[in-house]
Amino acid sequence: MRGRWVLAGCLFWVLSAPSLGAIEAQAFPDETIKARYYDLIATLRCPQCLNTNLAGSDAMIAQNLRATVLRLLVEGKSDAEVEQFMFERYGDFILYEPRWTAKTWLLWLGPLGLALVGLSVWWSMGASSRKTRHGLSESDRANLKQLMDR
Amino acid sequence: MAKQSVLIPAFVFAGIVVLLWFGFQLSDPHLLPSQKLNDPVPDFELPSLTAVGETLNAADLTGEISLLNVWATWCPSCIAEHGELTRIFETTGLRIIGVNYNDDSDAARAWLKRWGDPYAFHIVDEDGTLAIDLGVYGAPETFVVDAGGIIRYRHVGVVTQKVFEETFAPLIQNLKDAS
Amino acid sequence: MIVELGHFCVVIACLLAFLQVVLPSIGLKQNNAQLMASASSLAYGVFVFTLLGFLALIHAFVTDDFSVGYVASHSNTRLPLQFKVSALWSAHEGSFLLWTLVMSIWTMMVARFSAPLTTDMRARVLICLAALGFGFYLFLLLTSNPFERALPFYPAEGADLNPLLQDFGLIVHPPLLYMGYVGLSVPFAFAIASLWGNTLDVSWARWSRPWTNLAWAFLTMGITLGSWWAYYELGWGGWWFWDAVENASFVPWLIATALIHSLAATEKRGVFKSWTVLLAIFGFSFSLLGAFLVRSGVLTSVHAFAVDPERGAAILMFLVPVIGGSLLLYGARAWDLRSRVTFKRSGRESFILGNNVLLTVSAAVVLLGTLYPLGYEALTGGDKISIGPPYFNAVFVPLMLALMALMILSHRSRWWATDRSLLTAGQGVFTAIAAVAAIGVSVVMGPIKLWIIGVAWLAFMILLNLGYELHRRVRLKSNPFSRLFNQPLAVYAMVLGHAGIAVTALGIVTTVMLSEEADLFMAPGDRAEVGAYDVQFYGTNNIEGPNYVADRGRVEVSRAGEIIATLFPEKRRYLASQSIMTEADIHVRSLGDIYVALGEPLENGAWAVRVHIKPLVRFIWFGGILIALGGVLSIFDRRYRAPVARSSRQAPPAPSREAVHG
Repeated sequence: MRGRWVLAGCLFWVLSAPSLGAIEAQAFPDETIKARYYDLIATLRCPQCLNTNLAGSDAMIAQNLRATVLRLLVEGKSDAEVEQFMFERYGDFILYEPRWTAKTWLLWLGPLGLALVGLSVWWSMGASSRKTRHGLSESDRANLKQLMDR
Repeated sequence: MAKQSVLIPAFVFAGIVVLLWFGFQLSDPHLLPSQKLNDPVPDFELPSLTAVGETLNAADLTGEISLLNVWATWCPSCIAEHGELTRIFETTGLRIIGVNYNDDSDAARAWLKRWGDPYAFHIVDEDGTLAIDLGVYGAPETFVVDAGGIIRYRHVGVVTQKVFEETFAPLIQNLKDAS
Repeated sequence: MIVELGHFCVVIACLLAFLQVVLPSIGLKQNNAQLMASASSLAYGVFVFTLLGFLALIHAFVTDDFSVGYVASHSNTRLPLQFKVSALWSAHEGSFLLWTLVMSIWTMMVARFSAPLTTDMRARVLICLAALGFGFYLFLLLTSNPFERALPFYPAEGADLNPLLQDFGLIVHPPLLYMGYVGLSVPFAFAIASLWGNTLDVSWARWSRPWTNLAWAFLTMGITLGSWWAYYELGWGGWWFWDAVENASFVPWLIATALIHSLAATEKRGVFKSWTVLLAIFGFSFSLLGAFLVRSGVLTSVHAFAVDPERGAAILMFLVPVIGGSLLLYGARAWDLRSRVTFKRSGRESFILGNNVLLTVSAAVVLLGTLYPLGYEALTGGDKISIGPPYFNAVFVPLMLALMALMILSHRSRWWATDRSLLTAGQGVFTAIAAVAAIGVSVVMGPIKLWIIGVAWLAFMILLNLGYELHRRVRLKSNPFSRLFNQPLAVYAMVLGHAGIAVTALGIVTTVMLSEEADLFMAPGDRAEVGAYDVQFYGTNNIEGPNYVADRGRVEVSRAGEIIATLFPEKRRYLASQSIMTEADIHVRSLGDIYVALGEPLENGAWAVRVHIKPLVRFIWFGGILIALGGVLSIFDRRYRAPVARSSRQAPPAPSREAVHG
């Protein structure tokens, strides 16, 4: 396991010694598979690590899973099939992109809902009334006057 | 807008607090639930560690209730667990099957020579393919497999005497009663 | 001895903070100006004693006093001096001491620069700050004491600082970030004090603005530096992973960004009063929530912490009264703050409202994605789900694109309403110029990508419209040149901030779309092609650092036969912890970075070598710096100088249609 993203937010680092370098030379049959391989290992999570994708971990399991991803791609499996393979073995945890299920619809629709609420707030507040142009209430005026006079 | 709407933020915050309260009670973030519960042990065709030249497959796991224990010589806590597995075998006679995971077979045999071998047999999983099919993500991990070769339980980490007596033993008793 | 004195000083600081709450409160009750004023003098005392405690711990680190448990686990005799000092804030306990020090600095600054406030308002603000500080000291002393001795048996040598942290980044990133996090307590305190005293008028907004801008600038800088640090230190070439801890800093930033805009509208026009107060409360609440959640270990992050239920309970005991209490106070008072001021959909208020809506929704979305796994696990009884970059990118990017689109027109808007002609003048020409420039960028950078063209177009439209607005202001005067330098600083601040957003966006889209990555098997003398570059590996040699030994590789990068850089990536082994570190070497060019890291040694002197080509990646952080500079610049605007001087020189702060927000 390794602390991949040790910083950025705050400073509570992984105290276990990091051993960086999930750097390994793979032989790819062609460029498409290479690109798909890199995409997949970036969006699959290392099941043993705290929050690192397969690409960023040198845990034993991550190495095995990277090799598995490559093997499946070479065997001609589609990206979705690789993801399904991983899901069947490691569950939702391994997919950084959550699947659409009865338990995740809120996750995907929530942002849309929030955006719609926001839009309606914006729309309703752009009023057409032109009663008051100046933003100071009576109490504001009084307070300001008091401040000025001090 | 109703006058109460200004209290919405306080309610949302109360929700977050409840969530956090649950969060503090949650178990270790390292523990993943197994996807393979109540599934048969995935099919495999792998060599045996001790009976050189023989191959093993899923059918070899059926017939009686067994513990399927994933171990390796590079895993220090496997040594700690080994004593308990030996004790389990000696006191209960339970069949324990090893999956020697991502390991060097010679080193593994030497390891068994040194620490003893309470296992019925060991499956050599040099590339971790069986382990991946089982959803293993570290060592040690221990599965309870029933007589029909169905996975009934998975434990991540060291099986201690406490763990065995509190979780494994009742479960195995249930399986025995059911059959 | 010094450590005990330091501990004692922090205890005194804690007691002084307590007095700083109690005495002025009595003063308020009895209308005793002297007691109220004690809040400011006590602020200095709190600062001095916290500083002494902090220095005592630094002393323990510098003198390798391993009888202090915290020092023993995070330092080592061989650690270079600058890292011995910064090791102080490398883990929970010490970083929390830094947190309290930062809190005392902000409190002292407020005490120093708030003399023109009314006596009771000043007392209320300082009471709020002191109450927060008191809570922090209690948390520090009761749950996270860094001064604790590990007597009688202590190690002769320290365990060493995690090598990842032995870096310049650790020296600057946490202090800046904490200045941002904690700085948000100032607008929070202003808001609470105003709600409490029922004195929520436009002068409240005016007073809050420079503090908010400054804290926000620190936060921007802290996040930017963190991203840069992670990029060069971690050997993977990434700069943001939507990790829970990153999100914990990003949510307050989004809220604070909304706040600085909303404060402008409130100050100038008296609109959104209750909303602005809420944002001020949110800003600091989220920075507390984020910082504490990380420390509780409840969110799964690589910034791992053992889940400590006791600490978790202490955190909730602090968060619930502070945040819950503030929100209830808000609930009790906010209804009366509804403003009857109106504006039209084309008015600047409307643009600021749009900005606020988008930023708040973004913050809520990030929060949703960050907390969802927790709720998922609680509700499903233990199932785990991962929510990572694919989700966040999918929901966050559209919101940011909308924000950029809104920004294009916002520069031209006027308060209350904007003439259509003012918004549209010249936009046809600008659209064409921006389109040509965007396509140009895409062509120059590599294979044509629609994403790059689209985002670059937005970025150029922002820059062109900024230029247009600046030009319009300048041409009004007979002498354009002097006029250019005579704009209020707030104008330049806004220009810098918005230009920074455009620059960062350009950097992000180009890096994301066009980065090349290759992990190569290279024996000495091997050549390989990565993108448009040729990479040649010359093997490694052994070198010795102060507290590590390393294999240092030599890699030559050339393009079209011409050598453009020689890079020396290292694989280090730190002696104390025996941990292995990848030290990437980066060649920085204006159009992008070439990034080389060593993987594992293979047989016969061959290595796995990782090469990244990262086009325009520097723009991401350069933009961040521009944004932060804008924030800093804005506080020097003359409108924020002592109001005594101001009122004699300037007209009363009646709503001015010309003034900018920023």
